[in-house]
Amino acid sequence: MRKALLLLLLVALLGVAAACGEDDEDAEPEAAPTGATDTGAAEEPDPCATEQLTLVNEGQLTIGTDNPAFPPWFQDAEGAPWDPTSEPTQEGYEAAVAYAVAEELGFSDDEVQWVVVPFDQAFRPGPKDFDFDINQVSYRPKRDEAVDFSDSYYDVQQAVVTLGSSDYADAASLADLQGAKLGAPVGTTSFEIIETVIQPGEDPAVFNNLNDAVSALKNDQVDGIVVDLPTAFFVTAVQVPKGTIVGQVAAESQEYFGLVFEEGNPLRDCVNEALASLREDGTLEAIEQEWLADKADAPVLE
Amino acid sequence: MRPAGGSGARSTLIAVASTVVFAAAAVLLVTNAPGWPAVERAFFAGDVFRESLDVIPEAFLLNVRIFLIAEVFILVLALVLAIVRSLPGPVFFPLRALAVAYTDFFRGVPTILVIYLLGFGAPALEISGVPRDPLVWGVVALVLVYSAYVSEVYRAGIDSVHPSQEAAARSLGLSRGQALRFVVLPQAVRRVVPPLLNDFIGLQKDTALVALLGPVEAFRQSQIEVAATFNYTPYLVTALLFVLLTIPLARFTDWLVARDRRRLLAAGGLR
Repeated sequence: MRKALLLLLLVALLGVAAACGEDDEDAEPEAAPTGATDTGAAEEPDPCATEQLTLVNEGQLTIGTDNPAFPPWFQDAEGAPWDPTSEPTQEGYEAAVAYAVAEELGFSDDEVQWVVVPFDQAFRPGPKDFDFDINQVSYRPKRDEAVDFSDSYYDVQQAVVTLGSSDYADAASLADLQGAKLGAPVGTTSFEIIETVIQPGEDPAVFNNLNDAVSALKNDQVDGIVVDLPTAFFVTAVQVPKGTIVGQVAAESQEYFGLVFEEGNPLRDCVNEALASLREDGTLEAIEQEWLADKADAPVLE
Repeated sequence: MRPAGGSGARSTLIAVASTVVFAAAAVLLVTNAPGWPAVERAFFAGDVFRESLDVIPEAFLLNVRIFLIAEVFILVLALVLAIVRSLPGPVFFPLRALAVAYTDFFRGVPTILVIYLLGFGAPALEISGVPRDPLVWGVVALVLVYSAYVSEVYRAGIDSVHPSQEAAARSLGLSRGQALRFVVLPQAVRRVVPPLLNDFIGLQKDTALVALLGPVEAFRQSQIEVAATFNYTPYLVTALLFVLLTIPLARFTDWLVARDRRRLLAAGGLR
């Protein structure tokens, strides 16, 4: 009896202590680099001057992407998928865009740091360990509630890839794909396209990543996979030489890739300015020509 | 679960009060954390929860199906393994060694690897007649891994039956096979029901690993929802479904054990 009362008292105390601890927390000044009021509040006229930017690591632009990062988005010196923990690379469309944005913001190449950010990690709550993430993340209004997106750095189309020997390799319309078992990596808008646009009779298969989806395609476990068009060119050129691009699928609305920021990060507006000027002076166009020029054309399936 | 110590209504009252205070303190602690508003939105969003309820329970049926099919095969294969492992005599050494190697291997290799290797590896051999269906290979992998665990549970049960039981049966004229079938196994299996069900709860959860090969089960469906909304609430829905499935099984085990104990005591002896 006495013991039970003591326990009660202890628990009650714990509750009070927790409440008190909270008060202390409130009294502290805003220390986190996330506060929207931190930047450019006072006399400085340009909030996007390099030294005024809100950064995760001071003096460095920390950029996240997944490991491995695939061509044509990132590639190492040999043209193979790139490991962000290894030597930095400027090869590939996203790599080139990232360094162009960094330069526009006033960072030298040495001041760009890469961190590995698996897809799921890009939108977990709490402070982020990257300034922005560049990982072929498509803008979606729902997603925008959890993170902030930059404007488009690439307007993307989705494409269907099958083996050349497949019955579906000659499909000329979405109707021709009705009987196909299609697959896509999880978390991608490619999967959404299967469900909302192609709507085949067979339930789609979903894989952890591109490599698994490609394995299933090679094994004939799926009739085709849906990936974004530039990735489709990489898949058919390198991963599945026997594969073929059946065609691209028009989404209900134009889909675009955006850089991902922590919700409310003021850096986003500065990056949008940088992207706008890169678009204006033709840099973005030139990067696209260099990395994606031969990867933008395929018959449209309707 | 009656609170222990003290007597009657008063101890119940104290138990209730203490539970309420404890829960309130825990809730207070979590909801007052600095990051709580962000976590609440990311993990406990009511609208996302309701949307998930439309699609995830349906996908969960696939988990239940995988579990039920695999369980039947596991019970049979594991029993065969356990019996092979307890075969006496030097003649059966190769069989015994094989059974040992099997359990060592499949208990040692992570389930996720077995699923990957079989699911993507076996169909790549392109042997005609070998199925390509990822569901088949997912179930096969689960059966291989879990029968290794379950065979050890069976074996523990068989070993726990005193040798005098078999000796007595043999002296009555039963063959070795008959003694095993009618005397040893019934006692052995009854004793290992709780650990068996324990393994099946593990199996229920591991059905989610089959998603690696493409089938959209509850975990994968929740992953899809998470990616579409950038909100983690769908994971919570899936977790709740798994818990709802395991709790009845756990209570059933408790009941089974209690019933066996009552019967044993009624029979007048606790060996």
